[in-house]
Amino acid sequence: MSLQDARGADLELVGIRKEFPGFTAVEELDLKIPAGQFFALLGPSGCGKTTTLRMIAGLDQPTRGQIFLGGKDITETKSHDRHINTVFQSYALFPHMTVLENVAFGLRQRKVAEPLKLAAEALNLVELEHLAARRPQQLSGGQQQRVALARALVNRPSLLLLDEPLGALDLKLRRQMQIELKAIQMEVGLTFLHVTHDQEEAMDMADVVAVMNKGRIEQMGAPEKLYDRPKTAFVAKFLGQSNLFIGDVVEQNAASVSINVSGHKLTVPRARAEKHEGTIAIGVRPEKATFHEDGQPAASSDLNIVGPGEIIDIRFTGVSNQYLIDIPNLGEVTVFAQNIGKSPVTELGAKVWVSWKVEHAFGLADLPANGAK
Amino acid sequence: MRRPLGLAIYSLLALVFLLIPIGYTIVFSFNDSTRANTTWEGFTLRHWANVCATGNICDAVGNSILIGAVSTLIATVLGTALAIGLVRYSFRARASVNLLLFLPMATPEVVLGAGLAAFFFNIGFAAGMTTIIIAHVMFCLSFVVVTVKARVQTLDPVLEEAGRDLYANPRQVFWKITFPLLLPGIISAALLSFALSFDDFIITYFNSGPVNTFPKFIYVAAARGVPAEANVIASAVFMLAIVIVLVTQITGAFKRRKLSA
Repeated sequence: MSLQDARGADLELVGIRKEFPGFTAVEELDLKIPAGQFFALLGPSGCGKTTTLRMIAGLDQPTRGQIFLGGKDITETKSHDRHINTVFQSYALFPHMTVLENVAFGLRQRKVAEPLKLAAEALNLVELEHLAARRPQQLSGGQQQRVALARALVNRPSLLLLDEPLGALDLKLRRQMQIELKAIQMEVGLTFLHVTHDQEEAMDMADVVAVMNKGRIEQMGAPEKLYDRPKTAFVAKFLGQSNLFIGDVVEQNAASVSINVSGHKLTVPRARAEKHEGTIAIGVRPEKATFHEDGQPAASSDLNIVGPGEIIDIRFTGVSNQYLIDIPNLGEVTVFAQNIGKSPVTELGAKVWVSWKVEHAFGLADLPANGAK
Repeated sequence: MRRPLGLAIYSLLALVFLLIPIGYTIVFSFNDSTRANTTWEGFTLRHWANVCATGNICDAVGNSILIGAVSTLIATVLGTALAIGLVRYSFRARASVNLLLFLPMATPEVVLGAGLAAFFFNIGFAAGMTTIIIAHVMFCLSFVVVTVKARVQTLDPVLEEAGRDLYANPRQVFWKITFPLLLPGIISAALLSFALSFDDFIITYFNSGPVNTFPKFIYVAAARGVPAEANVIASAVFMLAIVIVLVTQITGAFKRRKLSA
């Protein structure tokens, strides 16, 4: 048996709820992760994602609901009887054992033949075989993270849980580990459930991302889909940035829905809008919007135009500039412009109009909590 | 930086002052005396070669070692369990238990000893080996809990969770992760406990009945002159303690060097 023989199993959460004295960490959670998928649970701290992970690992017991692994109900199964392994946020390497013994720990518990040979193989996979005899505390953060990964992977679990394992690493190392982690997941074909608050990390690595907020999943889907069509204000703002506008629907037909925002008519394709009447929020990503310095662009049915406004802030971020444009009666609009020509493209205080294609707009199911952005 | 000469002299004097009684004890274990071991009569190895010659000194030492070992074992096991419980679990009586554990350390030994003796007498429990061990467990327990608790507080519970996650049942988690990580604290607690028990005179005196211990033997013998054999045993205990300290220091330094290499 080698690592490559491993096959992940489906994970299914049905109606999971977790209450702690004084607060509810997870409201109502239904989730299905197909075998072999890299799934990311994304949310701000305190959204219940780590509690969810701990319930799946068996470290916390759900108040209500069921957990299925490979079709089998494991809700009541003890942690040590679940074929699930975790890479902890703090790595949790045993300080009184060598790196090799750490990796062999789970194998010894399960009485697998030749634990040290398999452990050495797993260390080889994370390119740390030369440090096998060291103690964990002699290793760097990145190396410890890889030992923790090897210690979990070596058991070929049906499901591997990753609890923000890259959080403690610096940016450069984190990017590098992300690539390695993804490569390892593809290589071994296990089901990965990755809990993180870093939206870039989630979008970068996962096949499917579930955005969690206040103990519920707000939206779930492929990263591109989630980014292209967020359905709630929370997702629109947590996953990337968004310009959001609130207005009453003034026109709707089979193809599109239009709202009026203090005199500006903004249109969204009907298929990209969650709500078609009443007061709704329409959004657009900052990189989809462009600004015009030379007067109002010609009106067109496939273009949303707002303005005029004044550039009140320019932020240089390397490949692009981030412009903040204040439009009277409408609020502030963010526009990303790539630094292809000169940088900045325009100056502070310039009078500009902003436009974006109707097909890039999205309509939300709810309204942003604190008004338009 | 130059060290001031005055400080060096002062430190030397302080050290000499501390070492005089120990030096005296060791030197006089070689004194060729017969009864009162107070004046120098000449050098001999007679007392070292034949320690048990005087009265029942070896029985007393044997009793002390036995009492020390048994009460250390009981106090360490109970105290470790208590320490883990007090740190890891919150329960209604936690604050009161913490306070109660502190009481034996804060109460004068005379009061503890006399109180226990009165209690044993009242319930008709004859003083002897058992009462001594009960008394020693009682005062050692507090020190064990305090020592081990400090260690438990530094133990990250996530390590135990990692053990559970890696297929270890609660018993295995305790023996393979919790216990080895607490071991340095448990060993310190046991050594401290044994030293306290071996050394105790006041509480023991009240609760020992006919049983003789080493401190009790010395106290009784002191009335007519402490025999040189007592110096031999005291010196041996002192040297054993020094050896233990040296061994732990050296292995500690060795480990640190290995880790930083």
